[in-house]
Amino acid sequence: MNKTLKIGIIIIGLFLLVGIFAKHISPKNPVQQNLLERLQPPSSKHFFGTDELGRDVFSRVINSTMVSLSVGIISVSISVFLGTIVGLVAGYYGKKIDIILMRIVDIVLCFPTFFLILMVIAFLKPNIYNIMIVIGLTSWPGLARYVRAEVLSIREREYVLSAKLAGLGSSKIIFYHILPNVIVPVIINFTLGIGSAILIESALSFLGLGIQPPQPSWGNILASGKDYIHIAWWLSLFPGMAIFITVMGFNLVGEGLRQKFNIKEKKL
Amino acid sequence: MIRLLISRIIVLFITFIGITLITFFIVNISPGKPQDVYDMSAKISYEAKERLIKLYGLDKPIHIRYFDWLKRLFFLDFGNSFKDDKPVIKKILERLPATLLLNILSLGIIFVLGCLFGILASIYHGKIFDKIITIIIFLGYSLPKYWIAILCMVLFGIKLGWLPISGLRSVNYDYLLWYEKIFDIIKHLILPVIIASIGGLAGLTQYVRGNMLEQLNSEYVKFAKSKGTKSFRIIFFHMFRNVLIPVVTIIGLSLPELIGGGFIFETIFSYPGMGRLGYEAIMSRDYPLIMGIGTITAVLTLLGNFIADIVYVYVDPRIRYK
Repeated sequence: MNKTLKIGIIIIGLFLLVGIFAKHISPKNPVQQNLLERLQPPSSKHFFGTDELGRDVFSRVINSTMVSLSVGIISVSISVFLGTIVGLVAGYYGKKIDIILMRIVDIVLCFPTFFLILMVIAFLKPNIYNIMIVIGLTSWPGLARYVRAEVLSIREREYVLSAKLAGLGSSKIIFYHILPNVIVPVIINFTLGIGSAILIESALSFLGLGIQPPQPSWGNILASGKDYIHIAWWLSLFPGMAIFITVMGFNLVGEGLRQKFNIKEKKL
Repeated sequence: MIRLLISRIIVLFITFIGITLITFFIVNISPGKPQDVYDMSAKISYEAKERLIKLYGLDKPIHIRYFDWLKRLFFLDFGNSFKDDKPVIKKILERLPATLLLNILSLGIIFVLGCLFGILASIYHGKIFDKIITIIIFLGYSLPKYWIAILCMVLFGIKLGWLPISGLRSVNYDYLLWYEKIFDIIKHLILPVIIASIGGLAGLTQYVRGNMLEQLNSEYVKFAKSKGTKSFRIIFFHMFRNVLIPVVTIIGLSLPELIGGGFIFETIFSYPGMGRLGYEAIMSRDYPLIMGIGTITAVLTLLGNFIADIVYVYVDPRIRYK
């Protein structure tokens, strides 16, 4: 295991632990207001200070961890599933199916993903499930294109041809003979995708279209911190750092895996 | 070459129709109607509401509305904004130059600095400079851009007071001399352009670095070295030329991300571009404006990719003569 991978895994592991045990670790109730202690700077009583309603920022940041992690993991599971299936089918069957699927990929790639997400979320109710689904449904085309290109070269290999000759069905060939050969890039895409999904979720929450208050999320803590930034820097610094470190953790794991399996950097 | 061009244009057209389909149906199938906004106001009578629905054709079946919309689209008629009844195309055209300016500048920075950092990192591979670049790449991928935007606003705008933090012009813009006007706009552009470039810059630097390193082991570089060619010449005239070809496509592909990012930081910087217009349109459910912006951004991306394709064919003789 290389150093990049190790550091990444440690970071993700720590955040996962914090997320899972958030209720036990957080010193205060994350939504408990205390107007007498508004906008207090970091101290031994409030590690990350307090916000404009006197809530403990440390507890709020800790309690947001699971929100971001679950949005990241579930939405990317959706997009990786879709992208892999579309790529496998388009690459293996070729011809008309390939042309149609790749046109769809091109069309979706033309939209700025964030605008598409913004558009859908604004019309649906902004809640955690819609965010997961929308991010998942909009971020698969890149992977589909990548998997397709890989499958195109794999399907001409001799072991695939001999499987065909042996009379194996298409779905068996796809899942038992082709998929294992593209699984590593797919896993790398999975970890890198989680990072960007967390960034998108936090940006949505920042714009008020993501996780709705009073439920804390890194993005909406930052959004409320923005109005007080000239007098209360801690409101913006800590949730931002949390996002940054988590995303970096996933990126490090992705990069570490890429180095380990010696996969060339491609536009995933 | 001409056959290639024609086939690309046909694909372009099909993609365009797909874009209009997606934009139209997302906006129209989603729950919540624009006339709902009027329900909140007690002042509007039932008859007035009906009149509005008729006026905007909201009572027609969805496929008829789509074809009506598509027909008008070819004459660049996106209808009028629900909000202030101005033609959508006029509203977009007002904002488009600012967005184009921002994006072209960012693309320029991404291209120049990305190539430069990538080359330097590959030359100093494994040394401290390379490590610094690698760390910067990671930061570029992992930092939430809007967060950096806010921190930069506080640091350079409020604490140090060096740069303006919102808009594209100062309040006293009209009273400035011509060179002061240019200087004023440049000052306003610095922060948005830098923030907009971060993501793309990281991606391109990583790409150029990786590919330059790969070229190092190739036969032609070894040959040039053994022939006694100067390293400067090998790097820029031999290796970089090979790396440059796919860069065109990568820059084309980074367009949607760049424009998409605009929706956040144009809003943060109150930058008078299409991104902020789009955000406001979405928040107020201004259907014609949302569809207009969706279509225009997608078409811009499409055109960007098309140009990238053509340039690619032009710079790569292997494709040109096929």
